[in-house]
Amino acid sequence: MREKILAIMEKNSRIDLKDLAILLGESEAAVANEIAEMEKEKVICGYHTLIDWDKTGEEKVTALIEVKVTPQRDMGFDKIAERIYQYNEVEAVYLMSGSFDFTIILEGKTMRQVALFVSEKLSTIDSVLSTSTHFILKKYKDHGTIMQKEDKDERMLISL
Amino acid sequence: MRNPLAERVINIPPSGIRKFFDVVNEMDDAISLGVGEPDFDTPWHIREEGIYSLEKGRTFYTSNAGLKELKAEICNYLKRRYDVLYDPDTEVMATVGGSEAIDVALRAMLEPGDEVLIPQPSYVSYVPCTILANGTPVVIELEEKDEFRLTPEKLLEKITPKTKVLIMPFPNNPTGAIMEREDLEKIAKIVEEKDLFVISDEIYSELTYKGHHVTIASLPGMKERTVLINGFSKSYAMTGWRLGYAAAPKEILRQMLKIHQFAIMCAPTTSQYAAVSALKNGDDDVAAMREAYDQRRRYLVHALREMGLECFEPYGAFYVFPSIKKFGMTSDDFATRLLREEKVAVVPGTAFGDSGEGFLRLSYAYSLESLKEALDRIRRFVERLEKEQGMR
Repeated sequence: MREKILAIMEKNSRIDLKDLAILLGESEAAVANEIAEMEKEKVICGYHTLIDWDKTGEEKVTALIEVKVTPQRDMGFDKIAERIYQYNEVEAVYLMSGSFDFTIILEGKTMRQVALFVSEKLSTIDSVLSTSTHFILKKYKDHGTIMQKEDKDERMLISL
Repeated sequence: MRNPLAERVINIPPSGIRKFFDVVNEMDDAISLGVGEPDFDTPWHIREEGIYSLEKGRTFYTSNAGLKELKAEICNYLKRRYDVLYDPDTEVMATVGGSEAIDVALRAMLEPGDEVLIPQPSYVSYVPCTILANGTPVVIELEEKDEFRLTPEKLLEKITPKTKVLIMPFPNNPTGAIMEREDLEKIAKIVEEKDLFVISDEIYSELTYKGHHVTIASLPGMKERTVLINGFSKSYAMTGWRLGYAAAPKEILRQMLKIHQFAIMCAPTTSQYAAVSALKNGDDDVAAMREAYDQRRRYLVHALREMGLECFEPYGAFYVFPSIKKFGMTSDDFATRLLREEKVAVVPGTAFGDSGEGFLRLSYAYSLESLKEALDRIRRFVERLEKEQGMR
């Protein structure tokens, strides 16, 4: 049941508990229990809203930063990550395989703000060797959702 | 001037619900639970394969039976999913949708006057195609008490010395009925005893929500008596690509191929290339769509029962077939009023044969939001009817 709940909620976290139970053919209590369990176990870590900020008046820039680090004695990747993810403007931190170590997704109000974060906060962490900052110009698809898609049913009203 | 037309064609009655269709078509603001095709787009990797094939200039005929690679993949699929073994070189052909396969199979098999047993409610083409092939359609009226399955008793009742072919339309459009292995075994026994042949239209085979679909062709002694018809429309959301196939013993298939060769030449080339990708890489897409349909199926059945519309649990296709008998109205009247008063289009059960009287076909090939909106309106309509009739 877990996987099915998650598959539905990943796409629609606002779904009615009652509807969810009917879709899965389970009792409401059982589904509610399972969700509560998953929240406790941090399988479900939060409920967020997918926003296309470009359609609002809000100015926002998103940057993707590749970071190379040298893990130091008594301070593995996890510790370095922790120093990075504590900043509010850091949206996401991933440990990567390949030619660099972390990907950081950063949100700022302006490019200057992002640049300042990189030069003053990120680069000054002892273990950080180098950074490479990429600004996101346009989001086509995020969290499995196409931002511009029109939901028009092109089918005939009736077919046998 | 002489009559330019054949009596046989003129006498095929037009679809009984044409009037209803006309009303639907006038209304552009109606919402619908009336479609017989998936709401999903064809998965991208399949569309992409079609696009590549066009880019590469693969715009020519294929061989009559279809691309070698496609035939091989179809046979792999039939073995992998349904445990039936067909020879890709001699026992399978790609057709223009499952519909062409139905037509060609009947034309290849029938002598004038041969009787074809057609369980109803079922898809609308079996009767006219039988008539066009000079056969005589004999309808078997299925009943809700049997969950619209074909029972041995009902089959035996209609068999005469002239009976040659039995159509097996399961999983069923419009009822959503399926035939499980035990059901099929009883039918297969009779088919063998009475020396009949089966045209098994399994276009909804992937959309089975109870156990795993069983093809009658996989039962002992049945492959040599069966034309298995399937296709890509429903399982891979590919209705507009017009691609299906037939698998049959080579003696039957060779003659079907002859008709196909002269009438059609070959199935659309682009679609054939795309379908190869569907069969090779599409299992996960099919599973995801099946799960989505299954969830909506539960939702729709639950909502209908909650509003007091009786409906048996359908385990196949993407239709629910609720009864409206308690209102004492014809399916056509009910559907017409529902359309006029609440602007919801559903299909009267009678579109699929007389035994569909008293039922409606509701499709759940819609998003949950659309289903909800439609169900709200149907609920309102049902409550109004109940008040009118003093039921509440």
